[in-house]
Amino acid sequence: MRASSAPPALRRWFAAVGPVDRVGVEERVAKFTTRSIKKAAKVQGLKLAVSMVDLTTLEGKDTPGKVASLCRKALRPHDDAAVPAAAAVCIYPSLVRAARRALGPRSPVRLASVATAFPSGQTALATRLAEVRRAVADGADEIDMVINRGAFLAGELTRVRDEIAAVVATCGPAALKVILEVGELETYDHIRAASCLALGELRPGDFIKTSTGKTATNATLANTQVMLEAIRDHYLETGVAIGMKPAGGIRTAKQALHFLVAVKETLGDAWLTPARYRFGASALLNDLVRQLEKERTGAYPAPYAFSEAAESY
Amino acid sequence: MPRLPVTKTPKPYVGGAFIRSESGRTRPLADATGAFFAHVPLCTRKDLRNAVEAAAKAGPGWARRTAYNRGQILYRLGEMLEARRAEFAAALTRFGARRAAALREVDAATDRLVHYAGWADKYEQLLGGVNPVSGPYFNFTVSEPMGVIGVLAPAEPPLLGLLSLVAPVIVSGNTVVVLASEPRPYPAILLGELLATSDLPAGVVNVLTGLRADLVPTFATHAHLRGLSAVADAAERRVLDLGAAESVKRVRYTPDAPLAAWLGGAAQGLEPIRAFVEPKTTWHPIGA
Amino acid sequence: MAPPASSRRPRRPAPELLFGDLWPYDPAPETADPRIRPEYDLFIGGRFVPAADGTRFTSINPATERPLTELARGGPADVDAACRAAAAAFPRWSRLPGAERGKYLFRLARLLQDRAREFAVAETMDNGKPIRETRDFDVPSAAAHFFYHAGWADKLAYLAPGRTVAPLGVVGQVIPWNFPLLMLAWKIAPALAAGNCVVLKPASNTPLTAVKLAELLQEAELPPGVVNIVTGPGATGAHLLAHPLVRKVAFTGSTEVGKVILRSVAGAGKRLTMELGGKAANIVFADAPLDQAVEGIVNGIFFNQGQVCCAGSRLLVQESVAERVVAQLRRRLRVLRVGDPLDKNTDLGAIVSREQRDVIRGYLRAGVAEGAELWQAPFRAPARGFYVPPAVFTGVTQSHRIAREEIFGPVLSVLTFRTVEEAVEKANNTPYGLSAGVWTDKGSLILRLATELRAGVVWANTFNKFDPASPFGGYKESGFGREGGRHGLLDYCAVT
Repeated sequence: MRASSAPPALRRWFAAVGPVDRVGVEERVAKFTTRSIKKAAKVQGLKLAVSMVDLTTLEGKDTPGKVASLCRKALRPHDDAAVPAAAAVCIYPSLVRAARRALGPRSPVRLASVATAFPSGQTALATRLAEVRRAVADGADEIDMVINRGAFLAGELTRVRDEIAAVVATCGPAALKVILEVGELETYDHIRAASCLALGELRPGDFIKTSTGKTATNATLANTQVMLEAIRDHYLETGVAIGMKPAGGIRTAKQALHFLVAVKETLGDAWLTPARYRFGASALLNDLVRQLEKERTGAYPAPYAFSEAAESY
Repeated sequence: MPRLPVTKTPKPYVGGAFIRSESGRTRPLADATGAFFAHVPLCTRKDLRNAVEAAAKAGPGWARRTAYNRGQILYRLGEMLEARRAEFAAALTRFGARRAAALREVDAATDRLVHYAGWADKYEQLLGGVNPVSGPYFNFTVSEPMGVIGVLAPAEPPLLGLLSLVAPVIVSGNTVVVLASEPRPYPAILLGELLATSDLPAGVVNVLTGLRADLVPTFATHAHLRGLSAVADAAERRVLDLGAAESVKRVRYTPDAPLAAWLGGAAQGLEPIRAFVEPKTTWHPIGA
Repeated sequence: MAPPASSRRPRRPAPELLFGDLWPYDPAPETADPRIRPEYDLFIGGRFVPAADGTRFTSINPATERPLTELARGGPADVDAACRAAAAAFPRWSRLPGAERGKYLFRLARLLQDRAREFAVAETMDNGKPIRETRDFDVPSAAAHFFYHAGWADKLAYLAPGRTVAPLGVVGQVIPWNFPLLMLAWKIAPALAAGNCVVLKPASNTPLTAVKLAELLQEAELPPGVVNIVTGPGATGAHLLAHPLVRKVAFTGSTEVGKVILRSVAGAGKRLTMELGGKAANIVFADAPLDQAVEGIVNGIFFNQGQVCCAGSRLLVQESVAERVVAQLRRRLRVLRVGDPLDKNTDLGAIVSREQRDVIRGYLRAGVAEGAELWQAPFRAPARGFYVPPAVFTGVTQSHRIAREEIFGPVLSVLTFRTVEEAVEKANNTPYGLSAGVWTDKGSLILRLATELRAGVVWANTFNKFDPASPFGGYKESGFGREGGRHGLLDYCAVT
């Protein structure tokens, strides 16, 4: 699927990766939502989801204090020791040092930082790369970059691809997550084409990611499905397994289980691990914990029983 | 000394050519005075088979014509019939029709062609349509020709009966094999000559003459005939239905009736067209 | 040093996905009460009455092989009583203002929605199809058919402007076992909307939801005799359709039985709607949205265990993508769940009967014997019940029996083509003509195929979609007449 050395003209690239039918993919994912996940399967799925959460705060008002409490929440989502730690915290680059301090040097929770002029990416490449370099130097284990949507929509696929390659090279040991910003790409055809373009540049352990959470459309089962299928095709063709991170809009445990059903039935068991699948979310973590508590006790707990809950009423 | 007239050898019109029966069999046909008129071919099941093949060959091309074009060709047929009004009337009177009735029949036949000519690019707007399904799909139904249709024309009226059955079938793009009136085949022979000089492509209408008893069983069982439009008595209907069952053939009967019943507006319209089209429904997602 | 024989480097195995049990789904049985009585009588003249000869037959659950209920075995005398009841009800029913007739149908739609879950469970237990389908498709679609046709009852004059539209009289209807309740709705709703009265015989394998529906007819206070339901064997259906009081015959079933019926009513002048068999081609072009095409292939042939007359049983795939499509199809089939139909996560349930299961197995053997390559999804058969896991034959040619005959089971035959013309030729190379599928991203190609395929329904970039407003029915030996929409309704009317 990797383009030849000639610039991948948009038309040719679409022909190479193939189209996606909107109604078809939306009907497919609707079936995931009819799967009935009960009892032990539910508990296992909820815990798995907890272990995949990139607990995220990406706000202008973020402070070292806020990030520190987020890190503690990620390390220990709930008093119940049977609830695993989250996969990572995900924060702005300026807070990477504070997060590193809060997590400690060899934390089981990884430290992810958005970079590359998140969320728009609209600065010079050199500036974006400098930001990546700095975040890694400050202790980030993972970098969440945004692709150049303007260049993609303008048909400058070579530029999009080369910029991704430059970030990969700059990341060094840090894992990379490439945010397509699906809401701005708009169509599934674009999402598939952009996925395939990014996949060709990535290393095992890297991810592709739906969105920044800063536009109206974030992760849906359908756009995530299109990306999962691109990952599958890339793996079958090259043997390189890339991870997936839906982000934004996944707030409930029930939704998360549907997303995991999609993974189980599209990519199979090997992707049911935080090494290859993440949820970019904030409120989700507490709902997962809350549902686990309900499964444990049989009673519906109140939202304020959980630390860092937004609902206090 | 009076001039000796040149008599015509009546020949069925099949695949755009005038044929003799492969069997070589004929029967003598007398006119209303009882005088010998001509030997009329007794077509056989093999002639029917050949006619079906000619009709099948013509089918795709005829169906691909635009509706406008099919309408114009039918109208042209009407123009030609009008122009030969006297000749067709004479062909009817010679075999017993009264002159006034003969003229009425020819005029009605002309008008029938004109009626169906006008339907060519309209029936679809009444029969087909867009179906509002519950989901993100564009769903529409169009009417398509069935294929080769067998027509068993009534004994009476020999011209109007035949054209009333044939015109609504071919207007939608079907092709036909017709068995002409058994007692009065001559107007159909004459019609064949008209068709040969019309713009109707060869094979769209194929006219056989002969005995119903010989041919009805083959019309019934020939699997390539996808439908039958017939005037038939009870015994023939049973034979036709039984044979049609073997290939799940569509059968439409028109009651046997005197000329008057064929003249009126009730004898034409959309229903005879509808009977020989297949509604085809297509679904497509609305998306991208 | 390696010996010369193995000078070729050992190839790394091709990457493959693993669909295992790392995160298994627990059983999720549907527990709603189907409210099945131990015995059911015939429904004639608005009352439940035993068969004239007092005999009964048993309906079993094909997933467990256990008896579900006992039903009256209707015979000729019962058919006669039912036809007389229908004929007696006809004058009043047909003269009822259309709006009033419509209200009965609206009531039926609502009553069915009210008891949807109960009917879904009953249907699953009687037929073996998964609860996911009865719950999400069969029962809601049946209710939708009543609702759609209800609205037509007072608008019949618009069906044929300038003409007179009238009901036909007593309609005899015989329905199959693959969609028992839905086929009942397809038959009864338009017949009643047009002002006809009905005698219906459900399939002997799956009579349960029909007799349960009779309870709804009572709840709806439908006038006695307007709908009569006679359960019994195939011979009872034959009696019904040949009955002299029956003016219109509506049959859905195999082409073989359809021909028998056509012969039995030859010369009787009855109006006919025949919805018979199929061997649909599902054509996938190289430029198609392949993942959705694979989904459509799966939906096309494994929906309802493939026991669908319009099933896409012949996959025609363009050679250049054939390998990829088949590989992807197999991957998809690995995650289809075959098993207990009442489990909400089951995708494929049980085959309707032992006989049908054996027929399907016979075709599997025939395919192998004729040299096609059989692949079946891994599957653990439950201890009891009639199951066949999804089967895909590759290397199939036009002359294989599995490519020509209707199997009515979860068996897909894969053929390839190179050009558009070849695809059309192969697709049309069958006496059937019920449905066809086309998958391509090119709009003009879709319209070309939609014109050239000789089939009553063409699904483009989708498959096995149905709607009350959408006419359904076949070309050639797949039958005649349509069901659904204005076209279907007209087939229950006399237009003069």
